Amino acid sequence: MAVDIESRTPVEDAEGRTVEELVVNIGPSHPSTHGVCRIIAHIDGEIVTRAEPVIGYLHRGIEKMCENRTYLQIVPLTDRLDYVGSMYANWAYCRAVERLASIRVPERAEYIRVITCELQRIASHMMAIGSSGADTGAFTMFVWAFDVRERVVELFEELCGARLTYSYVRPGGVARDLPDGWTDACRAVVDRLPAKIEEMDRLFFGNTIARGRLKGVGVLSADDAVAWGASGPTARGSGVDWDLRRDDPYSVYPRFDFDIPLGDAGDAYDRGRCRLWEAVESCRIITQALDQIEPGPVHAEGFPRLLAPRQGDAYDRIESARGTLGVFVASDGSTRPYRVKFRSPAFCNLALIGRLAPGHTISDLVVILGSLDPVFGEVDR
Amino acid sequence: MALVDRIGRALTGAPLLLTSVDALVDWSRGQSLWAMPMGTACCAMELIAASFSKFDFDRLGTFPRPDPRHTDVMVVAGTVTRRMAPAIARLYEQMPDPKYVVAMGNCAVSGGIFFYDTYSVVRGIDEFLPVDVYIAGCPPRPESLQDGILQLRELIQTRSIAAGHSHPREMVLPSAGDERAGSVDARERPSVPHVPVRPTDPGGGPE
Repeated sequence: MAVDIESRTPVEDAEGRTVEELVVNIGPSHPSTHGVCRIIAHIDGEIVTRAEPVIGYLHRGIEKMCENRTYLQIVPLTDRLDYVGSMYANWAYCRAVERLASIRVPERAEYIRVITCELQRIASHMMAIGSSGADTGAFTMFVWAFDVRERVVELFEELCGARLTYSYVRPGGVARDLPDGWTDACRAVVDRLPAKIEEMDRLFFGNTIARGRLKGVGVLSADDAVAWGASGPTARGSGVDWDLRRDDPYSVYPRFDFDIPLGDAGDAYDRGRCRLWEAVESCRIITQALDQIEPGPVHAEGFPRLLAPRQGDAYDRIESARGTLGVFVASDGSTRPYRVKFRSPAFCNLALIGRLAPGHTISDLVVILGSLDPVFGEVDR
Repeated sequence: MALVDRIGRALTGAPLLLTSVDALVDWSRGQSLWAMPMGTACCAMELIAASFSKFDFDRLGTFPRPDPRHTDVMVVAGTVTRRMAPAIARLYEQMPDPKYVVAMGNCAVSGGIFFYDTYSVVRGIDEFLPVDVYIAGCPPRPESLQDGILQLRELIQTRSIAAGHSHPREMVLPSAGDERAGSVDARERPSVPHVPVRPTDPGGGPE
C-alpha cells in the first residue's frame, strides 16, 4: 500500500500568508505507538490537522494459516492475535467451533473459562493503563500496573505453564483442570486487588498532571462511538451502555452480579478510568465464580481429536478486554476450516484515531492512541 | 570475567595491573549494554517484563532506550514481517558501532510458528541482520532474555578490536554466520598473542 507522505495542503494562516502543512511520520517503531503502528500526522505548528493510521506491519496471515490447520491446531494461532489478552481469542474461537460442531461444554469448564478470562481482563487493562501512564510521563504507574499484571501472569503460569501464550481454552472445554491450591492462590490475588486499584486510582487518576494530560483529550461522542463500531471500554468511556457479558450473555455470566462502569465525557481520562474500574468488577466476578464452581469434568466427553464439523458456518462473539471480539468459522465438512475470520475490536477502535486526533497537539496524539489501547497482533492479524 | 580474574591475580603479587587494551576494552563494552527494544509482537511483553520490578534488567547494566543512536544491542522481540524488515534494518544502521543483535523468540530466530503456510513473515531476522545471540522460546521467559544478554557479554570478550581477530574462548560456539568480527570459533585460526589466561600455562605463543 503506497502512502502519500508528500502531499501537503497549502493553507492560509491568520495573517493571510500561504503556509504549508508539515507531514510527520510517526512509527512504525516508536516507543509510544504500542507496537508497530505507524501514523502519518499532518501538523500545523504543533496542532494535528490530520492523522492517518497505517497498519499491516504485523500482518502475519493468521487467517490464511487457519485454513491449513486442523481445528485444534488453530488454538495456538489465536494466542498470538491479541497477545496482551490471549485467553479471549482462545475462548472466542472455541465458542465458534463449539457452535459449529454442536458441542456442549461442561459447567466446570465454563466457570474456569470465566475465571481465567476475567483474570486476563485485569492483566490486559493493567497493561493499557500502565502504558497510558508512561505516555503521560507517569512511569511509576507503568511499574505499579505491571506489578499487578505480574501477579496474574504468575497464576496463569501455574495453570498452564505459559506466561503469555496459554492455549488453555480448547474446543470442548479447557486443557486441564485447576492445579491443587490454585483457587486459594487466585483468591489471595483477587482479594488484595481492589485496595491496590483504589490506590492506583488516587495515585494516577487523582493526580493533577494526569488529569491535565488526559481530561478533555480525544473526546468521542456516544453517537460516534456507535457509528464507528467502537466497543469495549473505548465505547463505554463515552457512555455507551453496552457490554456483551450483560446484554448478550454467554457462558455462565447471567449467574454473576456485576456492574458495568461507564464514563460520560468520552475523553482519554474516562476511557482509562473505565478500564481501571472494570478490573474491580472482574475481581467481583472471579470471587463469585470461585464460590460457585463445583467439581466435575473440564472437557466434553467423547470429543474427537480430529474434529470434522458438518458443512456450514458459525459466528460467536465475546466481550474481550478491548471490546467485541467475534470469530466466524466456515466449514466445508473436512478436518480443516474453509475460512476463519476474526472481528477484532482493536482494529475498529484504532480507526477512530483519525477522528479524534485533529485539533490536538502531537503529544496528545500519543495519549489518544494509548487510550484506544490497540494491540497490533489483533489489528493486523 | 577474565579481566576481573586477572586483576585478582595481579593484586596478590604486586600492586600492578597488567592487561591488554583488548581485554580492557572488551570488558568495559560488556558491562553496560544498552538495549534498543525492537518489540514487534508478543515477545515485546516479556521484554517489558524483563525490565520491570520482578526481573530488573538494570542490575545487569541493560537499560532499554528507544533511540537507536543511544544503544549497543538491538533486541528483536517478535515476528518480523516483510513489511517491517526494512524499518528494522534502517534502525540497525542508525546504531553506532560496535553493535550487536539479539534475536528473541522463535519468530525472530526462524519464523517459529509462522514458518509454514504464511506469505508475509521473514523466516528469521538473520536473513537481513547479523545475529549474535539466539534465544528460543515462544515467548522466552524474561530470565532467558537476561541469560542471552549475559552470553552476549561473554561473546563480546572473545572479539578483538583488531579487525579479523578473536580470542580463544572456553565455551565453543558455532562459527557459521558471523562475518563481522572474524570467526568466533577460535580453533580455526591461531589467536593473537595475548596475556596468558592461566598462570600455569607453559610460556610461548600458540605455535
